[in-house]
Amino acid sequence: MNSYLKRLFWPLAVLVALLIVNIAVTGFDFIVPSVHDGRLGGAFVNILRGAVPLLLISLGMTIVIATKGIDLSVGAVYAIGAAIACQWILDRDQSALDTVFTAVVLALVVAAVIGAWNGTMVAYFGVQPIVATLILMIAGRGIAQLITGGQIPSVSDDTPFVELGRGAIATVPVPIVIGLVVFFGLVLLTRTTALGMLLESVGGNPEASRLAGIRSKGITILAYLICGACAGLAGIIGSANLGSADANNGGLWIELDAILAVVIGGTALLGGRFFLLGTAIGVAIIGTLEDTIINVGLSSQWQFTAKAIVVFIVAILQSPEFRAWLLKPFRSGSAAEPTAPEPKPEEKAVAK
Amino acid sequence: MSDEPIVQMAGITKDFTGVRALESVDFTLRPGEIHAIMGENGAGKSTLIKVLTGVHAPDAGRILLDGEPVRFHSPGQAQAAGISTVYQEVNLTDNLSVAENLFAGREPRLGPFINFRAMRRKASALLDQIGIDLNVAAPLSSYSIAMQQLVAIARAVDFEAKVLILDEPTSSLDRDEVEVLMRVMRKLAGDGVAMVFISHFLDQVYEVCDRMTVLRNGKLVGDWDTDALPENELIGHMLGREVETLEAIEHRPDRWPPGDAAPLVSAEGLGRRGSIAPFDLDVREGEVVGLAGLLGSGRTETARLIAGADRHDSGSLSLDGSKLRGHNPRTAAARGIGFCPENRKTEGLVPDLSVAENIVLAMQAARGWARTIPPARRDKLVAEFIAKLDIRPADPHLPVKNLSGGNQQKVLLARWMLLQPRLLILDEPTRGIDVGAKADIQRLVNELSDDGMAVMFISAELDEVTRLSDRIAVLRDREMIDILGAESEMTTERIVDTIVAKGGEQ
Repeated sequence: MNSYLKRLFWPLAVLVALLIVNIAVTGFDFIVPSVHDGRLGGAFVNILRGAVPLLLISLGMTIVIATKGIDLSVGAVYAIGAAIACQWILDRDQSALDTVFTAVVLALVVAAVIGAWNGTMVAYFGVQPIVATLILMIAGRGIAQLITGGQIPSVSDDTPFVELGRGAIATVPVPIVIGLVVFFGLVLLTRTTALGMLLESVGGNPEASRLAGIRSKGITILAYLICGACAGLAGIIGSANLGSADANNGGLWIELDAILAVVIGGTALLGGRFFLLGTAIGVAIIGTLEDTIINVGLSSQWQFTAKAIVVFIVAILQSPEFRAWLLKPFRSGSAAEPTAPEPKPEEKAVAK
Repeated sequence: MSDEPIVQMAGITKDFTGVRALESVDFTLRPGEIHAIMGENGAGKSTLIKVLTGVHAPDAGRILLDGEPVRFHSPGQAQAAGISTVYQEVNLTDNLSVAENLFAGREPRLGPFINFRAMRRKASALLDQIGIDLNVAAPLSSYSIAMQQLVAIARAVDFEAKVLILDEPTSSLDRDEVEVLMRVMRKLAGDGVAMVFISHFLDQVYEVCDRMTVLRNGKLVGDWDTDALPENELIGHMLGREVETLEAIEHRPDRWPPGDAAPLVSAEGLGRRGSIAPFDLDVREGEVVGLAGLLGSGRTETARLIAGADRHDSGSLSLDGSKLRGHNPRTAAARGIGFCPENRKTEGLVPDLSVAENIVLAMQAARGWARTIPPARRDKLVAEFIAKLDIRPADPHLPVKNLSGGNQQKVLLARWMLLQPRLLILDEPTRGIDVGAKADIQRLVNELSDDGMAVMFISAELDEVTRLSDRIAVLRDREMIDILGAESEMTTERIVDTIVAKGGEQ
C-alpha cells in the first residue's frame, strides 16, 4: 500500500497544483459546486462531467496496457457507439424508454464485440497490439459513417437518451454517476477477484504465465473486451451530451489522451502493475488543464503546448533518475552524519 | 607478482534505504593476481564491485588506485582509469561484427569514414594477443556466448585495463569454454592485469584464483591465499554457521528396485523434431529421476515435453496408463504435473508481482480468475510455505524481483508444492544459488519423494544428480542414450563414461 501511495503522490501533487492555480485566478467558485435547476454545477463539476468519456476510455486502456498491449481503436469505437445509439433512436420512437434502452445495449454489445475481436487478433493470431488495433482505428470511423449514412444524426431534445449526458440523479450529473459506477465496478472486478493479478501476470511475464497454467488468451481477450465496452459507453455519453453523433470527429484523438492519462497515473506501458485510481487522477489533470489555460488568460492556441509541458513535468517527476538528481543536495546532507563504521577487532583477527 | 597493491578499498560502507549492504569492508588487489570474491547471495559481492566501478557511491570509506585516492561517479570514469567489467550477460551488440564490437565508439578513422580494413587488422591483433582466433568480420551473434564473453574481455583489455572484473562469466559456459576462459585469464595475469573473479563454481575458483576475499552479510570475513583455505573451511566462512555439508545429504541406496511399480508417467517414443529424439521413459510415484548430460544435450527439452511446455510431434505420453491428449501447461497442472523451468527470471517468476502473488499464481490459474482464493486461506498458505521453505526476507508483499536467486527459486518451488503435484519437474533448480539454499532444495527433493511425489531433477552438477536420483537418464546430442538404474551405476564416473562412450561410437 505504501508503494501504491508513492506512485500516486506526484500525479496528485500536479492535480492539486493545477487546482490551486485556478483557485488563485478565479477564486473558490472554481472548486465549490453550486446548484442550478436542481443539479450541481460550477467550473470543476463541469470539468469532471466533461471528462467522463475520457475517464471511461482511459480505465479500459489501463487494463489493456496492463497486459502489455495497447488499444488505438478506442476513438473509432467511441464513434461507432455514438453512431449506433443515435441512429437507432432516430429511426424509431424517440421518446420511448425501451427504444433508448435497446439503443444503449446494442451500442455496448457491438463495442464489446469489437474489443473482443481486437483481443482475438492479439491473443490467437499473434498480431502486435498496436497493429491489430490500428486496423480498427482506421476502419472503425468508416464503419461509423456507414451506420450514419454519412450524415450526422441528431436526436430530439425530448428523448430520454440525452439525459445520459445532460441529466442529474439527486443533483449529481448522470455522466459523473456513470463514471463513478464504472470506476468502482472495475476496481471491484479487478481487485476483489483474481482478474487484476492475472492481468498483471500476463503483462508482466507472458511466458511464465503460460507455464503457470494461466489462460492468458482468455484474459487478454477479456481485457480488450472491457476496453471496447468502455469506449462504446464513452461514445454513448458523449453523443447523449451533444444530442448527435459525428462519425468523423467524435472521440477524435481521444486514444492519445487516454494513453497519456494512463501513463500520468503511473501504469507503465511495458505492462504489469496497473493503477486505476492513478488513471482517474491522470484524467482529472488532463481535464483541468484545458480550463486552466483559459483561466490564466492564455489563448486556446496554447492548449496543446501546455498539455505537453504538464505531461513532461509529470513524466519527469516519475522518473527515478530525475528524482534522485533532484533530491541529491538534500541526501548528501544526511549522508554527512556520522555513519562511519567502527572497527571490528575480532573480524580483523580472522582476516590475518 | 608485485606486492604493491593496485586497488585498495578500506572501510567501505554502503546503505540502501535502511538496509546496510556493506559494512566497513576492506579489499586489496595486487597486479597480476586473480582474486575471487566469495559469499552467498546477498553477502555484498555485487555491491562491492559496483562501489569499485562507480555504479554506487560509497557512504563511507576510501578507494586507492595505484596509491592515489579516487572517487568514480560512473562506470565510464572507472573504465577510463583502467577498471573494466565483464558481466554475466554480455553487453555487446549481437548484429555487429566482432571487430565493430571491439572498437565501437573508437573506430579507426580514414577522414570522416571508418577504416574497416585497419579495424579488422587491429581486431585480429588484439584477439591474437589474448590467444583466441575468430573471424573478426563475422557478426558477433555467430559465436557462442563463451566467445562473446571473450570478445568482451578483449575489448576491456584494450582499454588498457589494469583491473578486470569478471562477474559470473562462467555461469552459461560449458566445460571446454571455461577452460578457454581460464587460459585467457592466466595469460592476462601473466601480463600483469589484476582480476576480480566472481563465480558460484567453487572448483573454478580453486582452479584459477590466487587469493580470495570472503564476505558474509555485508561484512568482511577475511582474505586468504587459495592454497591456505580448504573448500570445507571456505564454505564454513561463507555460511558462517556449522555447515550442514551437502555431503550430509546421502544418496539413499536402492529405495526403488527397478520395475516393481506401475509407472505414474510414461513416455513412449516421445520426441520433437529439432529438439529431442524420440525416447522412452517411465517415472514412478516417489521416484527421483535425474536427467544428466552436458548443456545442450536435450535435458531441458525432455523436461519441457513431459511438462507440456512444448508440444511433442511424435510418440505419446501417458498418466496412470491412459494416454494424454492436448497436453499443455494448464492441462499438465490440472493432471498433477508441475514444472519449474530452467530460467526462473524469464520463464518462472513475474518480477513485479509480490512473493505471495507469485506463490499462489498456479493455484489461482487452475481456479480461474473469478474464483479467488479466499484471502484468509491465501495468507495462511503463503505464510506456511514461506516458513516451510525458509524464504527470506519473510515478507509476502515484497516484489519477488527484490529477492536473491536462491529465494526466488524457493518461491517457484512453493508455487508448485501448493498444488501438491504428483510429478514435479525441476530444471536446474540449484543453478546460480548459494550453498545454503542449494542444500535446502536438495533436502526438499528427498522429503517430497519420501512423501510419494515423483520428481524429475535436472542439474549440470553430476554429483548432485547422482546423490538425489533413484535412476538417471543420460543424454547426449539431443538423444537419450541410456538410463542408469542399478546402485553400482549411480556415480559421476559412470555417467561421464556413458556420455564419452556414446561419443566414441559415432
